Amino acid sequence: MSEPVAADPLSADVIAKVAKLARLELTAQEADRFARQLGDMLSHFADIDALVLDDVRPMSQPYALRNVLRDDTVDPGLDRDEVLAAAPATEDHRFRVPPIRGVAP
Amino acid sequence: MSGPASDIAMGVRDGSRSAVTVLEDYLARIDAREPRIHAFNVVLADEARHRAADIDALVANGADPGPLAGVPVALKDNMCTRGVPTTCSSKILEGWRPPYDATVVRRLSEAGAVVVGKTNLDEFAMGSSTENSAFGPTRNPHDPTRVPGGSSGGSAAAVAAGFVAVSLGSDTGGSIRQPAALCGVVGVKPSYGAVSRYGLVAFASSLDQIGPFANTVADAALVLQVIAGHDPADSTSIPQPAADLSDVLTEGVEGVRVGRIVDLPSGADPDVDERLEAALETLQTAGAKIVDVEVPAFTYGLTAYYLIAPAEASSNLARYDGVRYGLRVDATETNAMYAATRAEGFGDEVKRRIMLGTYALSAGYYDAYYGKALKVRRLIADDFERAYQHADVLLTPTSPTVAFPIGERTDNPFAMYLCDTYTIPTNLAGHPAVSVPFGTGAGRLPVGVQVLAPMLAEPMMFRVAAELERAVTS
Amino acid sequence: MSTDGWELVIGLEVHVELDTRTKLFSASPNRFGDEPNTNIDPVTLGLPGALPVLNRHAVELAMRIGLALNCDIRPSSFHRKNYFYPDMPKAYQISQYDEPLNVDGWLALPDGTRIGIERAHLEEDTGKSTHVGGSGGRLHGSDYSLIDFNRAGVPLVEIVSRPDLRTSEQSRQYVTELRGILLAVGASDAKMEQGSMRVDANVSVRRPGDPLGTRCEIKNLNSVRSVGRAIEYEAARQITMVEAGDTVRQETRHWDEGDGTTHTLRTKEDADDYRYFLEPDLVLLAPEDEWIDRLRSELPALPAERRAALSEVTGKATDSEAVIVVTERGQDSYVLAVGEAGGDPARALIHVKEAFAAFGDEPAVPAQDLAALTRMESAGALTPTQAKAVLAEMVAHSGGDPEKIAADKGFEAMDTLALETLVDHVIKDNQASWETYCAGQDKAIGALIGAAMKASRGQADGKAVTAVLRTRRSTA
Ligand SMILES: [Mg+2]
Ligand SMILES: [Zn+2]
Repeated sequence: MSEPVAADPLSADVIAKVAKLARLELTAQEADRFARQLGDMLSHFADIDALVLDDVRPMSQPYALRNVLRDDTVDPGLDRDEVLAAAPATEDHRFRVPPIRGVAP
Repeated sequence: MSGPASDIAMGVRDGSRSAVTVLEDYLARIDAREPRIHAFNVVLADEARHRAADIDALVANGADPGPLAGVPVALKDNMCTRGVPTTCSSKILEGWRPPYDATVVRRLSEAGAVVVGKTNLDEFAMGSSTENSAFGPTRNPHDPTRVPGGSSGGSAAAVAAGFVAVSLGSDTGGSIRQPAALCGVVGVKPSYGAVSRYGLVAFASSLDQIGPFANTVADAALVLQVIAGHDPADSTSIPQPAADLSDVLTEGVEGVRVGRIVDLPSGADPDVDERLEAALETLQTAGAKIVDVEVPAFTYGLTAYYLIAPAEASSNLARYDGVRYGLRVDATETNAMYAATRAEGFGDEVKRRIMLGTYALSAGYYDAYYGKALKVRRLIADDFERAYQHADVLLTPTSPTVAFPIGERTDNPFAMYLCDTYTIPTNLAGHPAVSVPFGTGAGRLPVGVQVLAPMLAEPMMFRVAAELERAVTS
Repeated sequence: MSTDGWELVIGLEVHVELDTRTKLFSASPNRFGDEPNTNIDPVTLGLPGALPVLNRHAVELAMRIGLALNCDIRPSSFHRKNYFYPDMPKAYQISQYDEPLNVDGWLALPDGTRIGIERAHLEEDTGKSTHVGGSGGRLHGSDYSLIDFNRAGVPLVEIVSRPDLRTSEQSRQYVTELRGILLAVGASDAKMEQGSMRVDANVSVRRPGDPLGTRCEIKNLNSVRSVGRAIEYEAARQITMVEAGDTVRQETRHWDEGDGTTHTLRTKEDADDYRYFLEPDLVLLAPEDEWIDRLRSELPALPAERRAALSEVTGKATDSEAVIVVTERGQDSYVLAVGEAGGDPARALIHVKEAFAAFGDEPAVPAQDLAALTRMESAGALTPTQAKAVLAEMVAHSGGDPEKIAADKGFEAMDTLALETLVDHVIKDNQASWETYCAGQDKAIGALIGAAMKASRGQADGKAVTAVLRTRRSTA
């Protein structure tokens, strides 16, 4: 573990962009604190910058399995009423949400 | 105490003990100490009493309830239990009752276990002290002014306090082993893919594994054999039956090559280092061969982990959006509703990791952070593989320190992350590891020693763990 | 507005819902039109702790599509495409990203033009939103929305063409041909009106030889017709802009079927950042050679091959209207069966639409019966008008013996002797025409045939009459 080099906080723009992507409403204090804390962490994480990784294959999973498949057979699913009862808002057997602004990709 | 889980199950199965009587012993201890310890988010006393009575009735009718007959167990509150609240110690899921059981819950139940309650954790398993809980911290039964470790602190404390015989936790970067060490119990992180993750609320999917806490290595092996084995509902479940661990515990370590990692990151307290040396000596005396190995990339584990785990978490936790279940904070349009709901529902550490993970995956930063971390992960796995050409198992401290005071590290996230220095690399590699209590350190607080083993080498790992346990208890 | 001097560059992205029993990653039913939120399970709803497991049949259907489109089947993986939207339960779509299952194929239009297929990959569908209040069922200005997750997790294959299409007509042909292939391999019911086949068009314009222009993606194309109309409108819009000195912005546009225009949905600037990463809950999908070979050997005849076969037996061109339409309707095998039953396939091609009548997928008349009818026609035993009447009777009774029907209707078969007698009478009564005809003026035969038809009250076959007249002239 390297000692933290002088840590620069992340810029307010970057924090705002990331918070928007993550759909997190941050208070001004939170945004400020995360900017500092994330900046500090990233400075610690600079310990891997010196590694030569050009020929290293990324590793996403620990155990290489392939072709894990299930048969196309139906199982009884969940009870609609039980599921809808757990939802914050429903109407007409559907999940109700506030108006949607913007289209799906 | 009511003795090891294996004794309880044997007694209940042969009718010499009553599951109800066993349960009442445990419930009495919960009544006495739970208010101080706060191991549980919910105690299911009534359900457990019914269940125990059913077990006794089965035995009376000549049936065999299974290898965990009448054994009181606790579940970390991130495992889905049908009709029973599953909160992940988060406000965002408060009151949510899953409509289905996790595979491990089903297997425990089929083995005759009696679920006593759901235990506290760091919110969504993010933390090393069980202080990041929406429902308040869990305290260490050995010293209630100190943390039990985390994130499975409730499950570790429940076993250490005698509230249950065994419990389940989940381990993404050390969340079973570190609290096991701090609470003085045995904690196992199985090989990735050995135990089904179906019904475990995901933190970081490529790292998460469920494993047991127990007072003895034999009990941990007993529980692991019940919960492990292929599950078609989890695509990453290894298509093999659970390893047979019944005979290995008494085999001893004659000729076993035990590796000491010479380039292990420093930072462990002297009392902890002293216990590791003592453990190595013990094994040598018992006939093991101590060999020096290098795992140079071990030191980069923390960085790789704190990029990969938050990245996966940022995606796994995106589903908490206030649409289908859980908390909703209303707003005039959906995006505002999401942002307000998540702001209200998630605690500080969860938000911090979502921010970090989102950043590491986002356009322009992916290659520098997430992409690079995946390559470092490979280096670590490769270095382990080389080390295991010379050693059958590796020995390290589990935690750099004994249990620390509540509140000591809450203001410094990175200091908290350092708790997992020795446990994280095995999660990245996917290997099994176990923390075994090995005496005490400063303040007569428990110290754990960690046995690491190659992929699916649980039998060898348990052999060595059992030897360490014999040295402490004899 | 003219597109003269401009070249259209079109690429199509087609999403098809696969015809499986269950969803891509769970055992929840894949069924259109059910009561809202009845086909749900933990995976479909993105409940905490739920995990995906890949549907083998969906993979096989995707492979069939790939093979039918001449793709290479490659080791492939799944990624998470992260974005928030109420109909996307996990807030990420599991989709194939940089390692798709099928790559580098092509589809031949009926005239043989090859359109490149870049990829055909597996992914999951979203749920469905209904917008309530405001301006009547529209997203924009609605008061709130209601979500049904029945469709969430339904398996999709997204087929991405290369930008090889040059006209709206080619684009229509491409969609039609692709639809035929999907139906032939049994991968999808490919109903554009129900959304089980959805087309997005990437359209740009340029002067021939110039580099590619800026493209716009057009969504909401719900029929083959709207594919053509939208492309024409969009190309004209872009040409007008460029000719006026404006620059085309890269954006996603919505086709409005009602007013026949496209309008902006989303510009490139507000494109999301999807933070793709490998789906850790799934493993590599790498079909073995034996699996691929088995599927290849089981592949049915595709439309192009079937058109060639139909063309061969009927003598019509492969891209003739009749051959294309009959193959598209899946009635080609019937025509071939009529030929195999000893009938005349060319005549069957004329009758096939009638023979299927209102019964849709199945012919109303057994192939043997139609074969018998075409034999009567060939023998000159029925005139075309009579044949039609007999066929209508056969359709009404799901078949029957055409000779008996013809007899019942009083369509007396004129045997050769009767016909010759009739023709000889006609020659005698029309000496002037006969002599002109014998003198080598072939046109004069028309008057003689007309007289013969009239004398027979329509029961004589024109071709047979012609044949007798020719024989008489050559032996005169
Ligand atoms: Mg697309
Ligand atoms: Zn798509």
